[in-house]
Amino acid sequence: MSPVDAHLDARSAYVHIPFCSSVCPYCDFAVVAGADHMIDRYADAVISEIGMSQPWGPLNSVYFGGGTPSHVPPSVLGRILTTLQDHHGIGAGAEVSLEANPEDFSEARAGELSQIGFNRVSFGAQSFDRAVLEALGRRHGPEQIMASVAAARGAAIGSISVDLIFGTPLETDQSWAHSLLSAIEASPDHVSCYALTVEPGTPLNRAVIAGAAAPDPDVQADRYEMAQASLEAAGYHRYEVSNWCRPGHECRYNLTVWAQGQYEAYGNGAHRFRDGVRSRNVRRLDAYLSEVAAGRRPIAGAEPVTGWDTEIDRLFVGLRRSAGVSDGPGVQSLVGSAEGKLLQEAGVIEMSGGRLVVRRPLLTDEVHRAVLGLEAPIGWVEPPTPDNVW
Amino acid sequence: MTTQARIRNFSIIAHIDHGKSTLADRLLERTGAVSERDMREQVLDTMDLERERGITIKAQTVRLRHVDEAGEEYVLNLIDTPGHVDFSYEVSRSLAACEGALLLIDAAQGVQAQTLANAHLAIDAGLEVIPAINKIDLVAADPERVAGEIVNILGGAPDDIVRISAKTGAGVDELLRRLVEQVPAPAGDPNAPLRALVFDSYYDSYRGVVCYIRVVDGRLPTGQRIRSMATGEIHDANEIGVLTPAAESVSNLGAGEVGYLITGVKEIDRIKVGDTLTDSIRSATEPLPGYSEPKPMVFSGLFPTDGDDFERLREALEKLRLNDASLVYEPESSRALGFGFRCGFLGLLHMEIVRERLEREYDLDLVATAPSVAYRVTMPGGSVKEIKSPQDLPDSGALSGVAEPYVRTMILSPTEFVGPIMELVTNHRGEIGNMSYLGPERVELDCDIPLAEIVFGFFDQLKSRTRGYASLDYEPAGYREADLVKVDILLNGLPVDAFSAIVHKDKAQEYGKMMTGRLRSLIPRQLFDVPIQAAIGGRMISRETVKAKRKDVIAKCYGGDVTRKKKLLQKQKEGKKRMKMVGSVEVPQEAFVAALRVDDDQ
Repeated sequence: MSPVDAHLDARSAYVHIPFCSSVCPYCDFAVVAGADHMIDRYADAVISEIGMSQPWGPLNSVYFGGGTPSHVPPSVLGRILTTLQDHHGIGAGAEVSLEANPEDFSEARAGELSQIGFNRVSFGAQSFDRAVLEALGRRHGPEQIMASVAAARGAAIGSISVDLIFGTPLETDQSWAHSLLSAIEASPDHVSCYALTVEPGTPLNRAVIAGAAAPDPDVQADRYEMAQASLEAAGYHRYEVSNWCRPGHECRYNLTVWAQGQYEAYGNGAHRFRDGVRSRNVRRLDAYLSEVAAGRRPIAGAEPVTGWDTEIDRLFVGLRRSAGVSDGPGVQSLVGSAEGKLLQEAGVIEMSGGRLVVRRPLLTDEVHRAVLGLEAPIGWVEPPTPDNVW
Repeated sequence: MTTQARIRNFSIIAHIDHGKSTLADRLLERTGAVSERDMREQVLDTMDLERERGITIKAQTVRLRHVDEAGEEYVLNLIDTPGHVDFSYEVSRSLAACEGALLLIDAAQGVQAQTLANAHLAIDAGLEVIPAINKIDLVAADPERVAGEIVNILGGAPDDIVRISAKTGAGVDELLRRLVEQVPAPAGDPNAPLRALVFDSYYDSYRGVVCYIRVVDGRLPTGQRIRSMATGEIHDANEIGVLTPAAESVSNLGAGEVGYLITGVKEIDRIKVGDTLTDSIRSATEPLPGYSEPKPMVFSGLFPTDGDDFERLREALEKLRLNDASLVYEPESSRALGFGFRCGFLGLLHMEIVRERLEREYDLDLVATAPSVAYRVTMPGGSVKEIKSPQDLPDSGALSGVAEPYVRTMILSPTEFVGPIMELVTNHRGEIGNMSYLGPERVELDCDIPLAEIVFGFFDQLKSRTRGYASLDYEPAGYREADLVKVDILLNGLPVDAFSAIVHKDKAQEYGKMMTGRLRSLIPRQLFDVPIQAAIGGRMISRETVKAKRKDVIAKCYGGDVTRKKKLLQKQKEGKKRMKMVGSVEVPQEAFVAALRVDDDQ
């Protein structure tokens, strides 16, 4: 078994913190700005929700995402983390991640968070170009990114990540090259590079509809290639479409997701995959609070993943990784299909060492659409699943 | 049976939207055929499409009982006619069943080309033409000007023309009075052997073929054995009747009467429109004049988007043909589009209507190839071959000449647009013939134009250059030799037969450039560069490239996104199902439709 697939057996938990000081124009997550007075009530609700979930045994990874988890007081994060510890247990050496904005990260704050138990921080740096940062609605400057990474290092947070966004219309090749170099100079353990995406319902989308420049996919392809070249040269290897890291610094929580492993999730709009069911919480903050207050799990919807769909799902999540997926009926079905053959001819996918890998990550969605159309081969029988995996 | 002297058979000739169906509604109401309670708009237009487009496709007929001021009772048979050039054969059959015609002209728009063409048909058929100016209640109405135009065509005095409003009913009683007075009673011989003209027919799934007939001579009783003079087939008159407009069976139809006939025949071809029916034993010797096979003028390939729908398409065409003898089709296979049918239509409107009915009534998704006309190819040995599809055109070395069909075109327009119209005609390889004035402001232009040019956008361009004021009618005018070539379009090196076209040599370059340009913007980027070429024989005349796509990936896919992203991609996948694979190139259905669309930028 490839090490990446070992995460299939992991148990992870995601905690959603929706609070932000302001909402960025491109963001389509479940977020809220100007609602800081609700933070304590929300934390109480998350704690109640944890209590309503089936205890699981020690977690291998915990991930606080948002929103802006660093926007809420560390004591609040601490209460939630303690609840997880009490309810499920957090394994020794477990990865405990926090998403953070550079402007929230003083040396003192870094120390507190480290003290509470966070050992990985992912900074929403986005760019080192002031004009780009402004266009993205960010409230920090490049110098704050450098300072926050240094503060995290100083507090002995063991794994530090920096997120970048490329392809903002006013960004130039030079600006992007500068952001990449600056990020490398900050020397994080992990870098994520995301193409700016115009999501429906966002202010960015409305602006584009009204005539503002939209990101150009060809320009974004160029920028992506620049990122790959710079980061690879600086010792970061790509392990997923948008993620690079130094050896051993892969985000374990995300590896769990991509390995089709199980993860619990708490908070408004949070998604989980547990016991073969993908389910999600209600997205609206007020609806979430009232559901939990009424003593109900705040589930908005659920889809069981069974039979052949499990195999499709395995390829769907797994093929985003550079390591691809291990061979299996879905892989055979894909490489034998007309679309699969075309994808192989175009060098998009390849069988390599008994695994199917995507060689041209920028075309992963082409592969995914082909995967979603695969039908079970004639005579395919669902392998028996053990009654109790855990 | 009604006394011959008390029968009046008439049609209404009108341009689209000049108010024919409204007038018919009013006549039905005045004569009590339809109570006001049952009145819905356009009673006679039964097909959904007819109501929606406000046009009449199939002829209809209705028998009206009219009592004049003196208390005399008359039977008026209104035979409705289609109003579009595509259906002029059906118009001529309807007119052949009448002694009179109401020429209905819009008081604002004036005489239009089709009305004029149909009025000429009526005059040529010896009908009494009664002009009427409709919509006098409109603000824009100018009945004096329109009366002048009518006098220029028909003669007479402007004051003699009835002014009506079919909408309000004004003038309708006067019109009825003239109808009774001026339209002659039918002249047939009641004692001669039976001769009945089939002027329309339709297929009813319960009753089989229902024919609309006009008894000219003799008498047709129920149960009569009758013989088709066109095919020689013998049928039984199982049921005859009249439409009031509800079907009412009667025991007899006498000379001059109009009604329906049911023989139990299930195939619409077996009793053809224009046929003469006679007594199987005491037969007439001469059929009534005017039967001819409807001749398709425009051809197009129809292919199901989903190859599995081929059989459904075949069944749908069979069913449509039950009702539309002018629709012809034969199986065709295309490398790009798979299996489908090459269909022949009376014209562009007919084509559009058939396609719409197939998609709407039979729930089919279709790709239609560019409309084409029938070319006559002279082979080196001197033999002549008719080809209906560009694919069938032999290489230029293997033929000694190609001729294309021409039409004689009549264009009616306000005089101010004569310049632009002449330019348009010339651009479309047309020859300008006579020009005559209908009045100080209206002119009639007669031109000879290749039918292929009419098919490719002429009408739309005429409308746009004359702000919708010009109207057009045409009739076949033989074949002429022309310097024609076949332009092939190649996608990734493979010719796509659906995009091939036969065009004039001088326009080949333009067509090639237009098609490659359009396709470049219509074909989505693929995994490979896709060259799009236009070629004549082996010679490339134009080239474009759809650059390979470089980025098609969701930036983020984490725990919270799996279900959502899956749904998003699944939706995109559904969209891809509407693509046709041409070799290894995915071509969206819309690209076929859009690339073949005929419009101004051509």
